Amino acid sequence: MDLKRIPLHEIHVGLGAKMVPFAGYEMPVRYSSDKEEHLAVRNGVGVFDVSHMGEFMVSGPKALETLQWISSNDLSKLTEGQAQYGYLPNDKGGVVDDFITYKMSDEEYMLVVNASNIEKDWTWISEQNKGATLKNISDDIVLLAVQGPKAKDTLQKLTKADLSAVKYYHFIEDQLAGKKMIISATGYTGAGGFELYIQKKDATAVWEAIFEAGAEYNILPIGLGARDTLRLEMGFCLYGNDIDDDTSPIAAGLGWVTKFTKDFVNAGQLKKEKEEGTEFKLVGLEIVDKGIPRHGYRIVDDESNIIGLITSGSISPVTNKGIALGYIKSGLHKPGTEVNIEIRNKNIKSKVVKTPFI
Amino acid sequence: MNIPDNLSYTEDHEWIRIEGDTAFVGITDFAQGELGDIVYVEVETIGDEIEAGEIFGTVEAVKTVSDLFMPVSGEVLEFNDQIESNPEVVNSDPYGEGWLIKLKITNKGSKLLSPEEYKSLIGQ
Repeated sequence: MDLKRIPLHEIHVGLGAKMVPFAGYEMPVRYSSDKEEHLAVRNGVGVFDVSHMGEFMVSGPKALETLQWISSNDLSKLTEGQAQYGYLPNDKGGVVDDFITYKMSDEEYMLVVNASNIEKDWTWISEQNKGATLKNISDDIVLLAVQGPKAKDTLQKLTKADLSAVKYYHFIEDQLAGKKMIISATGYTGAGGFELYIQKKDATAVWEAIFEAGAEYNILPIGLGARDTLRLEMGFCLYGNDIDDDTSPIAAGLGWVTKFTKDFVNAGQLKKEKEEGTEFKLVGLEIVDKGIPRHGYRIVDDESNIIGLITSGSISPVTNKGIALGYIKSGLHKPGTEVNIEIRNKNIKSKVVKTPFI
Repeated sequence: MNIPDNLSYTEDHEWIRIEGDTAFVGITDFAQGELGDIVYVEVETIGDEIEAGEIFGTVEAVKTVSDLFMPVSGEVLEFNDQIESNPEVVNSDPYGEGWLIKLKITNKGSKLLSPEEYKSLIGQ
């Protein structure tokens, strides 16, 4: 399969990025060092080009009805300029994708979906559509995530809009660096900051303006490597690792965005799971001894019986401890429970912990 | 890409510096660049005699883990202790301070690559 290139491809190559195949795109995984990039976002400011993400417009008089049917979350209380996290349940107990809905107006919404799922989501939403107008604008949009404690100070230099007034999970449509865009107080790092939805033709100018504005804070471009460790430190799920077509969203801890205040795809089964509990639960795990957990490693008890499976794992660049998300048998899921993670045929002492890890 | 002329290489992206019947082994500049930040090297085979191509340890980077393979047959004599407290030296100086093990060669075999052969392997 031919890999697609994101619009700012040449800029990343020029900055020395290592480009790797990801979800059908050539994406920057690292510019300098995973750790350095990670810490730049935790302590200062960094910019991710995540233009591989998909954007769908859902509009018309039937937009809300359609979204209420396909989304696990309840959009009836969403106000204009507000965003909401949720997922698309499938009809057999799993998850088609997780996504964010932006409400532009009563009859216009934007969905932001995972790159690897653009085609699958489009097919699914088209099948479930209750009469809304759907438009895939993924190829027209450059998405830059400007994240970190200095993100606001950096971007504030480039816009007259008061960014302090944009609350978490809210957005505005305004000029930044002289270009109209969506400025959204969202992100996947837990470090604060904004995501900018920019027209492709404006992207180079905006990128350059952001780096000039952020120079005094030692702004860095950040690759997908650090994006993964940043989200893992916060305990955020990654589709394809921690949730997928076969995982229960209730077991994955997505009950908080599963609202039985309305009917939606597979609501009956999910309600039953929520009431009766699931066999496994997604939890945070931390290595007590030395070692780094990885996707696919087994969680075992002291007799080496398998009690769970790691779905995401790495080392925290902040604490230097091995951290993971994994499914573990219900009953063993409580923070403080001592378990082992099997690393190269050795049982490494670990424990269940609350997330975020930092 | 740094590929010193005085070393031999393997298809597993390791280098070996042979000094009589002993040798030093590490990973190449290319390998450390592919792996990213190295955070931990595990070698628990000191004193073991291991065949060429067999695993003598593992290297853990932030994003990935990779096995380490014997470039020649021999006995693992020593692990570079400095890496325990300072694993980033494998990134910053892979051919020098970042060496991984010292070994006693029992059979050199015939699979080692010259610097030129290694260069073409990684497309340089």
